[in-house]
Amino acid sequence: MKRLELWLYIAQRASALVLAPLVLLHLGVILYAVAGGLSASEILGRTRSTWMWPAAYGLFVVAAAVHAAIGLRVVLREWTSWRDRSLDLATLGIGLVLLLLGLRAVQAIA
Amino acid sequence: MLKVEIWRGTEEGRYETYEVPSQPSQTVLDLVTFVQRKLDPSLAYRFACRVGVCGSCAMTVNDTPRWTCRTHVQKVVERGRVRIAPLRNLPIVKDLATDMVPFFDKGQEAKGRFIPSDAAATSVAEISPEDPKRKEADAAIECIGCAVCYAACDVVSWRPEYLGPAALNRAWTLVSDARDSDRIGHLQAVADDAGCHACHGHQNCVEHCPVGINPTRSISGLKRLVLMAAVRGRL
Amino acid sequence: MRNHPSYRAFLVHRLSGIALALFLPAHLIVLGLALETAMLDGFLDWAAQPAVKAAETILVILLALHLFGGLRLLAIELLPWSDRQKDWIGWAAAAALAVGAGFVVRSFA
Repeated sequence: MKRLELWLYIAQRASALVLAPLVLLHLGVILYAVAGGLSASEILGRTRSTWMWPAAYGLFVVAAAVHAAIGLRVVLREWTSWRDRSLDLATLGIGLVLLLLGLRAVQAIA
Repeated sequence: MLKVEIWRGTEEGRYETYEVPSQPSQTVLDLVTFVQRKLDPSLAYRFACRVGVCGSCAMTVNDTPRWTCRTHVQKVVERGRVRIAPLRNLPIVKDLATDMVPFFDKGQEAKGRFIPSDAAATSVAEISPEDPKRKEADAAIECIGCAVCYAACDVVSWRPEYLGPAALNRAWTLVSDARDSDRIGHLQAVADDAGCHACHGHQNCVEHCPVGINPTRSISGLKRLVLMAAVRGRL
Repeated sequence: MRNHPSYRAFLVHRLSGIALALFLPAHLIVLGLALETAMLDGFLDWAAQPAVKAAETILVILLALHLFGGLRLLAIELLPWSDRQKDWIGWAAAAALAVGAGFVVRSFA
């Protein structure tokens, strides 16, 4: 693909812009929920109370899969000698695995 | 007496230690020149103006890239020792002289040259020194091409094809120049895989630029312009 | 050569990013356990141990560091230059530590 690095950069920044408010929300939920210990019924009671929690976390896992896969690709490219086409395929693989695990987790709490 | 350790050889080589008398207001370039004139005439190094204008005398001094003609020994000496090596990220010709060709080639690759318009041949463009774009260009334009930023840049060492701070900074002065007629051409040149988006904002270049330029600021400006051009499909 | 705030901010961002990327699959697999409520409760009991709580605190701080450091990077790249961005590094670190402190306090609430 022409200018692959540029488009990956754009995807990385776009996913970051999506993630920023969601991570802020997530940190807020963590601080709220951790008091008094965690339990499955408490977590699921919250996430199943409205469709907005699964929707927010669905968006979260899509953006996180994109962001983490591209980020790891940059690190591997710069800090190891792995930089050929197979790295791009591995990046795609990492992103897809994270996406599948993420969607499964969202389904579980929905 | 100062103990001066100087890199001898090419990529393969070793440090040789020389004893050089200490003097007031002595520069690192003075040390190297003393060694070459009095102790070992086979020492290779490069300099020209000795006053911080030509950008040819940069070397690695105690692990930091510096212009040696304007670096006082007093500022860098550590327990009576100064260690001098060629600039990082460039092939070594011999001893302290690096091959600057890859550095200058990247200036061309980044299309770091003024592209005049037809109108410029027949009339004089009026540009106010207060114009914001002109101010951006002015802030970045005094680069002396010494390659200190290029040697300081870790992204260059991790991605040898990366254009580097100096070439991108030069490109920024041109896209900020109202008289230049090929803005998209300049942006295309810095949007390729070795271009401005590889920069992580370490700011080693900012920390080390001897003339106080901020290449990270210039590169951030390029990133914004390339981003806008790319999403509008104009690249 | 690398002994300055911007470079340290880069290292923090990269190392926290690597740690979060490695943690993420484990986190998602555990949440997938919620399909079996009992299994998730078993895990949450295990995670209530002090050593695991301490590790969680570190993860929360890493997430906050990556968030606030990342906002700083977005500001540098998307907004006009500001010479005050060196201050932002300090604010980002302070905000992340505040989140970590908040997590510790709330864990005992």
